Amino acid sequence: MADARTEPVISLRAVTAELGGRPVLRGIDLTVARGEVVALLGANGSGKSTAVRTVIGQVPVTGGAVEIFGTPRRRFRDWARVGYVPQRTTAAGGVPATVTEVVTSGRLSRARFGVLRKADRAAVTDALEQVGMADRAKDSVSALSGGQHQRVLIARALVSEPELLIMDEPMAGVDLASQEVLAATLRHQVEQGASVLLVLHELGPLEPLIDRAVVLRDGCVLHDGPPPKAVGQHALPGHDHVHPHDADAAPVRTGLLT
Amino acid sequence: MEFLNYAFMQRALLAAALVGVTAPAVGIYLVQRRQALMGDGIGHVAMTGVGLGFLLSTSPVWMATAVAVVGAVAMELIRWYGKTRGDIALAMLFYGGMAGGVMLINIAPGGSNANLSSYLFGSLSTVSDDDVTAICLLAAFVVLVTVGLRRQLFAVSQDEEFARVTGLPVRALNLLTAVTAAVTVTVAMRVVGLLLVSALMVVPVAAAQQLTRSFAATFAIAVAIGISVTLGGTVTSYYQDVPPGATIVLLTIGVFIVLTLLATPLARRRARASAARDAACTADVPGARGTADEVTV
Repeated sequence: MADARTEPVISLRAVTAELGGRPVLRGIDLTVARGEVVALLGANGSGKSTAVRTVIGQVPVTGGAVEIFGTPRRRFRDWARVGYVPQRTTAAGGVPATVTEVVTSGRLSRARFGVLRKADRAAVTDALEQVGMADRAKDSVSALSGGQHQRVLIARALVSEPELLIMDEPMAGVDLASQEVLAATLRHQVEQGASVLLVLHELGPLEPLIDRAVVLRDGCVLHDGPPPKAVGQHALPGHDHVHPHDADAAPVRTGLLT
Repeated sequence: MEFLNYAFMQRALLAAALVGVTAPAVGIYLVQRRQALMGDGIGHVAMTGVGLGFLLSTSPVWMATAVAVVGAVAMELIRWYGKTRGDIALAMLFYGGMAGGVMLINIAPGGSNANLSSYLFGSLSTVSDDDVTAICLLAAFVVLVTVGLRRQLFAVSQDEEFARVTGLPVRALNLLTAVTAAVTVTVAMRVVGLLLVSALMVVPVAAAQQLTRSFAATFAIAVAIGISVTLGGTVTSYYQDVPPGATIVLLTIGVFIVLTLLATPLARRRARASAARDAACTADVPGARGTADEVTV
């Protein structure tokens, strides 16, 4: 078990990246070991979303090395092992789509030619049950609340039965009931042995699950170790002073935080 | 049904039906990725192809297809690389294509803007046997792509970033969508014309989604509307001596308006039903519902 835990599923070494000619990552190191839950924290503009997007290949790196499951990202093809939950910005396309249709698109990494078998349909039902959205399977995603929509996006990531989950601000714009469902879903995934990389604005209800926190500032790693305690977290530059432990006072987020 | 006895009407109806199927079948992906006006842009670019066809005395349909495909691929490349001034580049492509078409057709021996008019607004009654063959082949390609790859195209159009992480060849699929849209434009060129083709790609989809909650149903209903209006418009133009292209487009917009009026009470009922369900299933978490819980329709 000890050996398996030390094998990194994500490894970034001295990664640099720029957006529009402006350096966003200035050489960061980041590893996620097998079975580990790592939170990537930092203020707006610190580069945490960009770091995650270099892993999935959405942002090209200008230097350093990115590896997924020990394979350089450019040569990595086994995407069914990765479940990705993007920041909830592209809420819905211009055409109605049901919850089932959206979640099914996450299964394409396994159903390569788009032919769905019985097991694929069962996986869709199972993923929807995990996030408590099975009763909304036939509803249009545009009729869902922010929290419900986020649950659907997480089901879409889970439906390929991934070993690695990458989530960009999964709690942004999510009501408390959905936050609890998401935390329970994630706990279940971790118990099953999944590795997780989370971009978070604050630790919030996921805090007990997190093994390690990496804090970014201005594209550099500021801290890599145990999750910062509340006091330390509040001391971070740009921290917006919400109190995640005070559940009743937790503000409803807009989902526009980057 | 006497009109079925005329060969020109048989060709016209076949061409019209194929456009009724293909235009919404491609259009739904363009609408989904919020590029509803891409068909219009391709139509402008295709004019250069028509002009080139006249200049070189080759088939304007095939020449327009070739140029439209090049133009559509160029638009897709501009979308990838030219993020900041992409809209300006597209504008230049559109109007350059249109001006190029007018210029080339005037240079062509015996060509004039009068020739262009049948491509701009369609000329269903002059569809030749060769045109029908070309339209059948191109329509078969479009149906094969839009139906055969529907899950992949859906995923890419719904969320490109996520589609990349499922390992789909996103760039290849985007290019394929662009090429398929270009082919559809030239299929529809003889029926409704380059300036009206975008209407048939977008309006049936917009009309269908007044009634639907799923992508599959939207696809099916949009195609059904497409066939109905193209056939209906063609037959109407036979009896009333009105231009078929314009008739088809106005009919489509009529269908959209009627369905929108019918759908308003339906949408209200659905919103009420789903709001009631939300209240029931979160009732055990008092005080947990914020403004984000409100159903938006």
